[in-house]
Amino acid sequence: MTDILKGFRDPEVARRLVDEIHRIATEPCTLMEVCGTHTMAIAKNGLRGLMPDTIKLLSGPGCPVCVTANPDIDHAIEIARQPGVVLTTFGDMMKVPGSYSSLSREKAEGRDVRIVYSPLDSLAIAEREPDKHVVFLGVGFETTAPTVALTIREAARRSIPNWSALSLHKTVPGALEALVNDPEVRVTGFILPGHVSTIIGTAPYEFLATKYGVPGVVTGFEPVDVLLGVWMLVKQLAEGRAEIEIAYGRGVEASGNLAAITAIEQAFEPYDTEWRGIGVIPGTGLALRPEYAGFDARTRVPVTVPESREIKGCQCGDVLRGVVLPFDCKLFGKGCTPEHPIGPCMVSSEGSCAAYYRYTDYGKE
Amino acid sequence: MCLAIPARIVSEPNEIEMAEIDILGVKRRVSLMMTPDAKINDYVLVHAGFAIQVVDEEFAAESLEMMHRMGIKHADELAAELDDTDEPVEVPAP
Repeated sequence: MTDILKGFRDPEVARRLVDEIHRIATEPCTLMEVCGTHTMAIAKNGLRGLMPDTIKLLSGPGCPVCVTANPDIDHAIEIARQPGVVLTTFGDMMKVPGSYSSLSREKAEGRDVRIVYSPLDSLAIAEREPDKHVVFLGVGFETTAPTVALTIREAARRSIPNWSALSLHKTVPGALEALVNDPEVRVTGFILPGHVSTIIGTAPYEFLATKYGVPGVVTGFEPVDVLLGVWMLVKQLAEGRAEIEIAYGRGVEASGNLAAITAIEQAFEPYDTEWRGIGVIPGTGLALRPEYAGFDARTRVPVTVPESREIKGCQCGDVLRGVVLPFDCKLFGKGCTPEHPIGPCMVSSEGSCAAYYRYTDYGKE
Repeated sequence: MCLAIPARIVSEPNEIEMAEIDILGVKRRVSLMMTPDAKINDYVLVHAGFAIQVVDEEFAAESLEMMHRMGIKHADELAAELDDTDEPVEVPAP
């Protein structure tokens, strides 16, 4: 194993892995990646085309921007519309369409919406502009949630009066359980996310193996990493094992990052939240704990959110569940392109539709 | 979105655990709150302005070189992203 990891840049190693995958994947299986960066890596490197017919590679709900439900995006937009508010967020969120608008459209119409690299930058804006109320829109899985948790803690420590966070953060393991229970999907193995696992380790996934008999492999992001992850999965399936293994030991420890896990637990508590395409999944949202209510944009900037509506003809939700491939959507490449996206999966660079569009020719006009 | 980039710590952390890092020549201050054991010259994975994990130098160097060589999005785009935010700010000490 160590030898394979050392050679993760080596095309010869990649070929050996592909040969091995072909040799042992004799039974049909459906493997799902649940990380947008994996979706990109698989599409960009043409890994789907290297798989034997027995292996179906599906893209799951691994793009945090894409799984954010319309009512939540609408909520953020309403906050941006309030006088005296500066809405700060990551660049990925800007173009995501809500029911009626997007943050980039709001910005074009004069609202104060700013892209920041780090939530800490948002705090600095609040300190520099005391007459404004600065809201940080937090989107992302466990990789990102601790950065916002620690920013909330820092805001409290510095007693910053004009800063709050709108947390739309979500946690991954509960979504995997929802997918395992989805009769339309039938995942037989998970390519588990690399940097989410850097934070949470492997324990939160163990139920997949023990309760459902579905194996998972925490996988890195280089082409050989992904092939290694696939090989370890099909090897488990061939040997009749179901375990949670790590193919990305360079970036992940089984125990995760305790400081980060603690930060999440101190700032947030779980709540039931809606995922685009999947629906409400119990306990997978992260809301600010009551002791941080003074930093919760939900109470600091009260708004009335208009009734949301879904985008006509867009199958983003089904794509996120792995029920349909991006090519199967009637809008794919015909009206919905990265230049003129209709649904969120085409907006985000790591959305499944955008990845398929950029790196394959299928289905384009 | 959950991407993390290897970077080298090039300054001692200040009293609020902010330290300067170097990613392919781009300098930036990040928080070491999640990696309390990280020291100057260590390599760390950086996400959204925070170091999230200490990694070994060989891995960091290989990843950075690989990103460059394969034209994988992230190295160059990240550097651009760092310069492209509306508010590239230093977080002041309280």
